[in-house]
Amino acid sequence: MTTTLTTPRATDHLDVLESHALFILREVAAECERPVLLFSGGKDSTVLLHLAAKAFAPQPLPFPVLHIDTGQNFAEVLGFRDRTVSALGARLIVAKVQDTINAGRVVDPGPLGSRNRLQTVTLLDAINEHRFDAAFGGARRDEDKARAKERILSFRDAFGQWDPRRQRPELWQLYQGRVNPGEHVRAFPLSDWTELDVWQYIGREKLELPSIYFAHEREVVSRDGMWLAVGEFVEPASHEEVVRRSVRFRTVGDANCTGAVLSQASTIEAIIEEVAVANVSERGATRGDDKFSETAMEDRKREGYF
Amino acid sequence: MDLATKDLLRLATIGSVDDGKSTLIGRLLVDTRQLFDDQLDAVAAASERRGFGDFDLSFVTDGLRAEREQGITIDVAYRYATTPTRKFIIADCPGHVQYTGNMATGASTADLALVVLDVASSLKEQTRRHLCIAALLGVRSIIVAVNKMDTVEWSELAFARVTDQIEVLSRELGFTSTIMVPVSALYGDNVVEGSSNISWYHGPTVLEALEASESGSWETAQGARLPIQWVLRQPGGGRTYAGIVSGEAFHVGDRVTLLPANVETSIAAINFGGEARLEAAVGVAADLDLADETDAGRGDLIATPPLPTVTRDLEATICWFGEQPLSVNGHRLRLKHTTRSTPVRVRRIGGLVVIASLTVVPADSLSTNEIGLVSLQTADPLVVDDYREDRVTGSFVLIDEVTNATVAAGMVGHASFL
Repeated sequence: MTTTLTTPRATDHLDVLESHALFILREVAAECERPVLLFSGGKDSTVLLHLAAKAFAPQPLPFPVLHIDTGQNFAEVLGFRDRTVSALGARLIVAKVQDTINAGRVVDPGPLGSRNRLQTVTLLDAINEHRFDAAFGGARRDEDKARAKERILSFRDAFGQWDPRRQRPELWQLYQGRVNPGEHVRAFPLSDWTELDVWQYIGREKLELPSIYFAHEREVVSRDGMWLAVGEFVEPASHEEVVRRSVRFRTVGDANCTGAVLSQASTIEAIIEEVAVANVSERGATRGDDKFSETAMEDRKREGYF
Repeated sequence: MDLATKDLLRLATIGSVDDGKSTLIGRLLVDTRQLFDDQLDAVAAASERRGFGDFDLSFVTDGLRAEREQGITIDVAYRYATTPTRKFIIADCPGHVQYTGNMATGASTADLALVVLDVASSLKEQTRRHLCIAALLGVRSIIVAVNKMDTVEWSELAFARVTDQIEVLSRELGFTSTIMVPVSALYGDNVVEGSSNISWYHGPTVLEALEASESGSWETAQGARLPIQWVLRQPGGGRTYAGIVSGEAFHVGDRVTLLPANVETSIAAINFGGEARLEAAVGVAADLDLADETDAGRGDLIATPPLPTVTRDLEATICWFGEQPLSVNGHRLRLKHTTRSTPVRVRRIGGLVVIASLTVVPADSLSTNEIGLVSLQTADPLVVDDYREDRVTGSFVLIDEVTNATVAAGMVGHASFL
């Protein structure tokens, strides 16, 4: 595995991935009536939003940005979300899981329970309410074995479901997003990017990210093999020891189920070096939501998850 | 090693069911250490749970529940591997005939096909079909992993029997590079590491062959092409035309023709992501500013000579994926070509390709997964090149107007072997 680094400036493979992503963004925006871009404030959707701005520069984004707010976000991420979207002059729509709970459409898992799976209902409700027929997401195929199987334009039926056994053939770069009313497509311009590609691109384009991606000292507890940040959403149990560690987050999900990794990497260059030699995947290291079963991601995706 | 100078090679695995495609890719990823510890643990746990031994390599790519239950590949899995010189995008394609559309999905963007076949069986119809589709799609180089050498006691004779058959077919289909490697994906012989069991073989391992193969375009295009995706309004009132470049590069000052309107002008400026550039290379998603006022829009094409053809009548080769057979006056169809989509009708079915003999026989219809020659007529004019000259301006898909399903992959012109 590679460890030596040079200045992360225009490499061949990043240029290819970038142009391909711009092409997908324009195709879907042109072929679909009401697209929306899903933005969480995480590194992948930050790259996606940056690519969208490039695809249509100097015009503003021809579609709004949607955040599914679980109510259990890291505060640093919400601040970053608002700054980034307003700097682009884009329109932000926030759909709250709490509203879905209040409406009685899902059961409240309680203050310590995971709201990860509930997001699907909030997302599909928002897609119906706004009659979106295409939703851009920052998902990458290297993240998970079910995602590795998904098309770049992924068809969803009127219930928002993905049927992995009946995907449309997707030839060349002829993306076709034709749907009937009530159906929609998910579009994944970062499909062929790896975690390392994303970091190299962030370095090259000098993108700002939420501060929790970089090493910082904070109070953590070790739970289920993960380091969780002590705070509003994680209260240490009596047998759990609270310790101060230098940590960073490899992914940004809900504060109560996203683990930190021990790290001293406080710059993008240091993170790229760390990612290049990592021996645990980003989801394996940090996401409690994928640990439930062998096909946790496939099951959630079938229901309409991101 | 320099992270900043990698090129990108896209490859697709092809071959019949149960010949070991997924196992080979699993072996390649494991032995080049592309997998994380937790991913390896998950494969081991899933293998044990299903009673498939300690570590079933095919589970690395067969990620769907149904695939693991049935031990088959249903749809393409995309995996990524990086070596010191290259980034590989690997499309692990399914072998079953009913998933041919998924196989074509994986192969349509491939620079190279990694063919996997079982040394103990003769060349199967499905392997021939896949090789034929790969050749039609324009794949020019193949690496053939002759697998399961452990089951024939590493016999050179058994290897030669298979490679003789492949050589004949490869010549017929016009592959320009065919490398054959005796392997055992299960035990790892000649995949990443060499083999002490196969002392009579002195060629490259699969990985060495992949690293040495040529990447990039095989087309014989002359002339730059940019199908317009989107019109960008510039501050001050001008417009630029955004799209991805194929064929050759555009430069500021180039004389260009806007088609199908057939208006000549020149390139006043080139932008990328809002920044000015002097050149737009192949594969770059640029936007072009034209010197003269035009009413160009999405679906039009900007080109340099030799110019493509403007036509409503296409002679094409198609692979039909629809569930109901294709016939003249059957389906209501729409054709998507570059950034233009138009109603289309089938004027004539010119013949069916017989996979076993690579001959064309008369036919009135094409069934699911059959390959045929067709004459099409579109409602709106298209701006096309022959597929073998330009993969972008020579390819199209057919869409069922009723179900919105993608029902055919089409290539303008006919392959030379037909």
